[in-house]
Amino acid sequence: MITITVNGKNVKVPEGTRLLDAIRSAGFEVPTLCDHPALEPWGGCRMCLVDVTRKEWDGWCKMVVSCMFPAEDGLLVLTDTERVRSTRRVVIDLLLARCPDTPLVQQVAARHGLEQTTYEPNPAPTDCILCGLCTRVCDHIGVSAISSVNRGAGREIAPPLHEAPPDCIGCLACAEICPTSCIPYETSDAKRTIWGKEFEMVRCARCGRAHVTRDEAAHFSGRTGVPSTYFDLCDACKRTDMARQFVKLSEGAGTAP
Amino acid sequence: MRIDSRARFEEAVAACRRAADGRKIEVLVCCGTGCLANGSQGVAEAFQREAESRGIPASVGLFTKKTGCHGFCERGPLVVIQPEGILYTKVKPEHAGEILDKATGGGGTLSKLLYKDPVTKKAVEKYGDVPFYKNQTRVAMRNIGKVDPADLDDALAHGAYAGLTRALFDLTPERVIEEVERSGLRGRGGAGFQTARKWKAARKAKGERKFVLCNGDEGDPGAFKDRSIMEGDPHSVLEGMVIGAFAIGAHEGYIYVRDEYPLAVVHLTLAIEQARRRGLLGENILGTGFDFDVRISRGGGAFVCGESSALMRSIEGKTGEPRQKYVHATDRGVFDCPTVLNNVETWADVGAILHKGGDWFASMGTAKSKGTKAFSLVGKVKNTGLIELPMGTTLRHIIYDIGGGILGDRPFKAVQTGGPSGGCLPESHLDYPVDYEKLTEAGSMMGSGGMIVMDDRTCMVDVARYFLSFLMEESCGKCVPCREGLKQMKAIFDGLVAGRGVPGDIGRIERLSEGMQLGSLCELGKSAPNPVLSTLRYFRDEYLAHAEHKACPAGICRDLTAYEIVAEACNGCGSCARACPADAITGEKKALHVIHQGKCISCGACYTVCPTDAVRFFPKRELAAASGTGGAP
Repeated sequence: MITITVNGKNVKVPEGTRLLDAIRSAGFEVPTLCDHPALEPWGGCRMCLVDVTRKEWDGWCKMVVSCMFPAEDGLLVLTDTERVRSTRRVVIDLLLARCPDTPLVQQVAARHGLEQTTYEPNPAPTDCILCGLCTRVCDHIGVSAISSVNRGAGREIAPPLHEAPPDCIGCLACAEICPTSCIPYETSDAKRTIWGKEFEMVRCARCGRAHVTRDEAAHFSGRTGVPSTYFDLCDACKRTDMARQFVKLSEGAGTAP
Repeated sequence: MRIDSRARFEEAVAACRRAADGRKIEVLVCCGTGCLANGSQGVAEAFQREAESRGIPASVGLFTKKTGCHGFCERGPLVVIQPEGILYTKVKPEHAGEILDKATGGGGTLSKLLYKDPVTKKAVEKYGDVPFYKNQTRVAMRNIGKVDPADLDDALAHGAYAGLTRALFDLTPERVIEEVERSGLRGRGGAGFQTARKWKAARKAKGERKFVLCNGDEGDPGAFKDRSIMEGDPHSVLEGMVIGAFAIGAHEGYIYVRDEYPLAVVHLTLAIEQARRRGLLGENILGTGFDFDVRISRGGGAFVCGESSALMRSIEGKTGEPRQKYVHATDRGVFDCPTVLNNVETWADVGAILHKGGDWFASMGTAKSKGTKAFSLVGKVKNTGLIELPMGTTLRHIIYDIGGGILGDRPFKAVQTGGPSGGCLPESHLDYPVDYEKLTEAGSMMGSGGMIVMDDRTCMVDVARYFLSFLMEESCGKCVPCREGLKQMKAIFDGLVAGRGVPGDIGRIERLSEGMQLGSLCELGKSAPNPVLSTLRYFRDEYLAHAEHKACPAGICRDLTAYEIVAEACNGCGSCARACPADAITGEKKALHVIHQGKCISCGACYTVCPTDAVRFFPKRELAAASGTGGAP
């Protein structure tokens, strides 16, 4: 275990803990917009900036993104210095200019004392904050059907050539992880549409609910090695089945061989 | 033939020297990108053709050689006749015959093609006497312009790989690092990190595989020194990399070259093949048992790929985006292996340092910045081109003695150093010695050695806006402060030059700059405000004029500037009317000319051409005030 000091409060964490988790375990709040427990940290939103220093640094501070900085023994962390506040404020102000109508951004901005952006609001407001969660989760699943395209101010999230992405399996991971819910999709018993691509649904053999796309079933069965019949039943019916098996087992437990 | 021992190496070098000595008269035709664009390929061919048609006997020892950039691009195509060192400028194919006649028998020189000193008006025969060359000290560029970059033998005759043989046969890896440490060499890519410290860390780092990389992604507007080194003397880069690999214990390397440098790619590829064939690269180098090989990785043209973490990701085949890292590349770099990444010029210095010794290199330069530095001198200066000088040379010496002063002898206004991450220094800094510390102290930086000279007809707000546009295009867009910050900063500047500035703009610029410096992920975003802050520091009045008075003191921002002809000074020559692209000027011959404000597009063409300085500019808002209607007469 190592000890770090967050805003004067000592906290012990296992070696290898990233600073963000250490700060939170000490009970302090750090805003994040591109962080997710299931994914590798990325360091793009810059909201989790904090100042770090050491006794021997003589008052010199270094600003780091806490989502990627490893907690080091003896580190002094300051999450609420004037320059941390002002830098975060610039960042959220810029994001509010990009997404003036997005509730999540408005809420975070309000917490930093901003009702409106002080910059030029985006003439074509968008809800996408370019946090990269959708593309990262898509990579993580092993599909990489979408990615960020173009550079700088023209950056956006899109399938290759803005066409229906051939690799997409319609799993909706991107839409579900999106913190501003800005990836549109439609799903019904017969089909699902996302990124302009249509998917055939697999219906549960028991209840008839459409629960995965055909492509999704094939992808996960190939990736994990479970037989494709695994997707014949939906999760709810599989749970019911499982529960029944437990009941059967416990009933049989009294009559040991 | 493969060279597999020191004795064989020395034999090979001696043979190459003998061959070179047989070339009693050498015609060195500059075939760098600049001269090629001016037709030097045709010039080189003309020399070969003329030599054949004149039937010059072999005993004369005439040899035409296509070399890399001579540096004096302003006067290209350049031809140097050796051994006398006669420099001919602006040579055309039809001059080849005459030049050959003089060189091979006639004697004398072809005076119409000689460089004429603009001060003394006298022709200068020898290239070593031309002020542009006389004031230079070349280390990284030691063989550029002298050797044929496509010929390893020629490089060997000129001392290539002598540093490598010393490193491999006389020194241990630790002693190699010591030699580099003694030289005081710092990274020539701009940041100026101690090269030996980097190497030491990578040598110490644990790892089965280690890498040395060469950063040839030079992308600063106006910078071309790395291109010239890769094109003109690729073996100097390879030699440095083999030495570096030996020092840290690496067996693999990459040269990352931007694809916009096709000639550099061709020459490097050729050099790698030749070096492999001769046993200077690949397995069992020079018979020492040391293995090291290099591959070329071609960049797709993103400026941000010059940033170390983005460059490494690009080599790995991933999107060239910077990665936040709190571990050094020397511990975990490309493919997560210990990596040393150095700039082209740094690698080119290494061979010379090992050959001549660290003390020799450290004898040049200033207390903390040792050796020499290459610069691309461009902009409103008479002699544009590629130069190399000892660290600590003053800006005045560079601009006036080597650069020949400002074009048209106009007043100097500022010099931009360090590219988009650098800054603009005013006249008060002309006597500043150029080294890492001094430039940083002044709010600029060394950067990759671009030096853009500006005259009085330059609006500093407009200059800052140019760099912002460049960076806005080139930001990768991963982090918020850089992506959105540059966009908003550019919007503020668009307002300033269009007369929509407001008094609070300067404060907004400063706050946003600080947020970008502290908040951005990589150096591109962190340093993006530098051109803004340095111009703000030295030319605050110009910003105030734009923001508060809607005026451009340099008369460059069209929306803020109007022109008129001063009656007393106009001689009615009509130059202005002929130059005007909008037909906005009328007047009888030898009579006063008039600018019709309704038609004038404020381009300033009349101002530039007027021989009697009769055209003056003034803030456009005075025009509106005078007419009282807000419109033009």
